[in-house]
Amino acid sequence: MSSGPWQFERPPDLPVPQPAEEAEQFFAALRAGRLAIQRCTSCGALAHPPRAMCRDCQGVDFDWQTMSGRAEVYSYVVTHQAVHPALNGYTPMATVEVVLAEGPHLTTNLVDVPPDEIEIGMAVEVVFEDVGDDVVLPLFRRSHLS
Amino acid sequence: MTRRGDIAGFSNAVAIAGVGETDYSRASGRTELMLSLEAITAALADAGVEPREVDGLMKWWVDTSTEAEVAANLGIADLAWWGEINQAGNVGGALVAHAAAAIHAGLANVIVIYRGVNGRSGRRYGRGDVTGQRGRGGGAFSEPYGLLTPQHGLAMATRRRMFETGVTSRHFGMQAVAQRVHANRNPRATFHDRPLTLEEHQASRLIVDPFHLFDCCLETDGGGALVLTSADRARQRGRPVPLIRAAAQAGPGIGSPAARIASRLFAIAGIERDDIDVIQIYDHFGPFVLFALEDYGFVADAGRLVEEGGTAFDSGRLPVNTSGGHLSEAYMQGMNHLIEATRQIRGESTAQVADVAFSFCDTGIGTGAVILERGEP
Repeated sequence: MSSGPWQFERPPDLPVPQPAEEAEQFFAALRAGRLAIQRCTSCGALAHPPRAMCRDCQGVDFDWQTMSGRAEVYSYVVTHQAVHPALNGYTPMATVEVVLAEGPHLTTNLVDVPPDEIEIGMAVEVVFEDVGDDVVLPLFRRSHLS
Repeated sequence: MTRRGDIAGFSNAVAIAGVGETDYSRASGRTELMLSLEAITAALADAGVEPREVDGLMKWWVDTSTEAEVAANLGIADLAWWGEINQAGNVGGALVAHAAAAIHAGLANVIVIYRGVNGRSGRRYGRGDVTGQRGRGGGAFSEPYGLLTPQHGLAMATRRRMFETGVTSRHFGMQAVAQRVHANRNPRATFHDRPLTLEEHQASRLIVDPFHLFDCCLETDGGGALVLTSADRARQRGRPVPLIRAAAQAGPGIGSPAARIASRLFAIAGIERDDIDVIQIYDHFGPFVLFALEDYGFVADAGRLVEEGGTAFDSGRLPVNTSGGHLSEAYMQGMNHLIEATRQIRGESTAQVADVAFSFCDTGIGTGAVILERGEP
């Protein structure tokens, strides 16, 4: 057994994203190593999760703005009881909500912070986690940026 | 004295004329359809209405017993109004709003709202059996990271609210204990024979931190039903009449659904928060009772209210969840809250509040709420 630094081990039976049509580019950007958020080309509003129509101006044309990857922890939970079969053998496991520097919120996991060290307000940055089958997820680690 | 004509909304013209429920258990041994039919026939007997007089049926969208099956079993001659509201457990108050509006508009005369569910022995909400999306829709952005069940997302919101307001797990425990005391008086309650202390709440195992075991609702097999009809018809029973003073719903939007619904509901009712004598709040997770008390505008600091014991049935302040609620009576997705709100008007609760004129019922973090008023027979 390694006694190295703590590392998140993703339960392999967790669902993988089955994105709706308007969300496909979010995952395509991740495969290319970019965290990109849907932006309305009419009014500039950012939306996450992606939508079919801009809720601010009802525009239907979007591009995808690459984020800085900087974020802070907004909230978190720690699953102690495997309330879903996918979590069997992987508790305690933390799930984290982060708020990106640009504003949108993302649900994610922290790859290098044990559940009992997570704090609201902690500075984090995105990493790209290849979970197989051509799926890349945006996970986060302690910020190395100043 | 009722004040028909003085108010907008349903003008107190519609009442909850009868309520019914089955036993609550972990293994009912019968189908969800049978649970609904048992509850409906009990509610109709309570209302003094013959099954064939029913011309409207409404149900939770997630309920597995269709209106057609129920109508066939009840021998309904002409089903004039039916429908469902598509969310999870939290649609009871919205169903009351729809049914009352239909009766008020003359579209139906007697509408039964029913719920029958094997929530423990069948599909279990607590495991995401009903709400899970398997990575689709909004689930594409939450489930791959471990938010798989209702408690996950609600625990996330709870942690943030604790951070922002300073409310603590001990406050959640105080409300859980207050409800358990109510359940200990209620022979129908799952936890009728089991007391709970604050220390036991705090020592109970973490399920999804910050939720301890006793912050989470029960999982229950059971059925419940409401009979809605005209206030004039309900008056013939010779007992206090649970008039629908106001009912409203709130779906997605900007800001707290409870805050949005409250402004509509109290405007329709034409009364103030202070006029409410007893409150039922949807407690799939106990912390949301405290949040709802604040978001509906009943108190600014619900933590302080529970520290002072202000939610107990005999506190003289804001009695909350007087049957024991989802935490300690049964998890009937708000149906048991609507039944208890009705019983409080009729003076028939096992934790009866004195002199109830107005009874408030939230059926799911602001997605629907009802104000009942006691009318004279």
